[in-house]
Amino acid sequence: MIPTSWFLILGAILFSLGVLGVLTRRNGITIFMSIELMVNAVNLTFIAYARELGSLHGLMWVFFIMAVAAAEAAVGLAIFIALYRHRETIDVDEANLMHW
Amino acid sequence: MTESFVPVLILILFGIALGAGMLIVNWYVGTHRRNPSKLAPYEGGVPLLDTNRKRINVRFYQIAMLFIIFDIEAAFIYPWAVIYRDATMTSSGIALFALGEMFVFVTLLAVGYIYVWKKKAFDWN
Amino acid sequence: MTWADLLFLLPEIVLSIGGCLLLLAPVIGGRNNGVAAKWSMLLLLVATAAAIYVAAGAGIPSLALGTLFVADPFAVFFKLLFVVVIAMITLLSAEFLEDGRYSAWEYYSLMAFALCGMMFMASGTHLISIYVGLELLSLASYILAGYYKNETRSTEAAMKYFVLGATSSGILLYGMSLIYGACGSLHLEAISQAVATMAGNQALIIGVMLLGAGLCFKVAAVPFHVWTPDVYTGAPTPVTAFLSTASKVAAFAIFARIFYMGLHSLEPDWNSIIATVAALSMIVGNLAAVTQTNVKRMLAYSSIAHAGYALLGVLAMSEIGLQGVLIYMLVYAFANIGTWAMVMLLRRREYAGENVDDFDGLHKSAPLYAFAMVVFLLSLGGIPPTAGFIGKYYLFAAAISAGYAWLAVIAVLMSAVSMFYYFRLVVAMYLKDGAAADVIPSRQVRFIVIVCLIATLTLGILPERMIRGAARSIAPIVNLASR
Repeated sequence: MIPTSWFLILGAILFSLGVLGVLTRRNGITIFMSIELMVNAVNLTFIAYARELGSLHGLMWVFFIMAVAAAEAAVGLAIFIALYRHRETIDVDEANLMHW
Repeated sequence: MTESFVPVLILILFGIALGAGMLIVNWYVGTHRRNPSKLAPYEGGVPLLDTNRKRINVRFYQIAMLFIIFDIEAAFIYPWAVIYRDATMTSSGIALFALGEMFVFVTLLAVGYIYVWKKKAFDWN
Repeated sequence: MTWADLLFLLPEIVLSIGGCLLLLAPVIGGRNNGVAAKWSMLLLLVATAAAIYVAAGAGIPSLALGTLFVADPFAVFFKLLFVVVIAMITLLSAEFLEDGRYSAWEYYSLMAFALCGMMFMASGTHLISIYVGLELLSLASYILAGYYKNETRSTEAAMKYFVLGATSSGILLYGMSLIYGACGSLHLEAISQAVATMAGNQALIIGVMLLGAGLCFKVAAVPFHVWTPDVYTGAPTPVTAFLSTASKVAAFAIFARIFYMGLHSLEPDWNSIIATVAALSMIVGNLAAVTQTNVKRMLAYSSIAHAGYALLGVLAMSEIGLQGVLIYMLVYAFANIGTWAMVMLLRRREYAGENVDDFDGLHKSAPLYAFAMVVFLLSLGGIPPTAGFIGKYYLFAAAISAGYAWLAVIAVLMSAVSMFYYFRLVVAMYLKDGAAADVIPSRQVRFIVIVCLIATLTLGILPERMIRGAARSIAPIVNLASR
């Protein structure tokens, strides 16, 4: 059996890649995909712990997280479409109407 | 336990070495005569009509987005179905409650569906 | 989970059904934007009745949905506060939605769902119910922030809020997953029992830090505050009022519950971090507000500073500290909504009329409203006899008695700084002449200003009932923390 720590390390790597993507990418959709990567890394961590602990709570979480992530995807895409209608771009650096 | 994966590792390494080796040998031994039709993505196939980096109509995304939501919600029904079968065997009270819960869930989905439908999000034009 | 449990969930059930009906109303029949607010108020009344009905039986903590949900006095306090705040925001929104360019029904439907999410947050004793409630609130807030979809600023605010909010919930979730792995459960009481025996567990500490970072984002504390000024400025003003009060109060409800109920025995591991966050929030929020000329932006920075003050109550980990958080949230909500109502009163079209200059000479054209604004600003600054003083008194006393005298000193100094920029508005209203200062004839907005004025003064002069109520509300949680 593959040790749980491997899954946890994979989860941590995926999560870090997601954070890195959010911080470095400038395209809205790519940022959004990076956020999904973070959420899925969390799912992997939950499943790995649920197997390790032999508890169902972690698996139950994954369902909720998936549903929330889907709703988030819908809202996010709608917001990016609305932004595109205004600016013809979804580059987040171009969204600079307000700053100090 | 990990040792049992060693043959797999050897197989993977062998596969990589074989593929890479043949390409390298081909590069040095073979002759290169380039021409436009040879460099086309599908050599000898149908010529490309257009580039693939085109903007896609946003309606595709909208439909996909709606699909994802209903698709994910359907995932909730599977664990419910498993539990429901057990519940019907043990106590009818709990089974009735579980059935009621699923009715509530489906009704909530229906509210969203009716809203989307009446807002004409499914109309292509 | 049985049918009887549903009784405890009555306010949430009412709001869910009502939210669905408000959503379906425009597509089935009524397109009249004017009546949407009335139906929404009716829904809020029913929800209030349900919350009071549940409150009547909430002397002892009653668990529902297994261990996910509790109807204790702490939850009831916040639920009633939420209903009042959302009712005020509904009245504030009525005027700007009536002209029909933006659909009112969906707006109130989203408000109802957000309120339902906030109620779940207040009642959640399991991280899963807290998380789902938080996401329901956040998703509704993202859409509301972009509700002026024809205005680039509003859409931009929604985009910024969404990207940063979704990232922070990812971080929050990762923290929760690590806590789950370390403790084997996500029920707050089980976490509290588990963490008592594992001081120094690395995974647990990292999990708590990530969870804390996610929560700090939701309450807009430094260094997770960068979204606040832009989102508050870009969002429609009633939505800004919603974000800076309802959303923040709900976030503090879960902040307090998670830290007091679940993580109190880990205090040595997180207290220095929270202390730093609180100090930075007070300093950065107040100093940045000094240079602002846009009132919305200034109040956004001031709300960052207020998050810093309220964090003192979480940090203190004492009865008086938790009581301080509750009192502060109550008085902050009234003073803040009053201030936003004043900004709306001067508003012409979507965004105009929100500079400090727009308050010039208000004293002459509308003396009552100028006086109300002064009272709100004094309350936000914490000057007696307004209610804000009582809140700050409790928080600072809690910080000192918990051994954070240096933080209390920073807090007092920064309150003095805050008076400086609040008084710029007072100077504009009383000492400057301006032709621009006229108020819009909206009965609802005026009503809200008067309600907030009365509440701020009454709670400041006769605070006993509020203090007693807060003391009763915290009892179940303090008992748990001291066990």
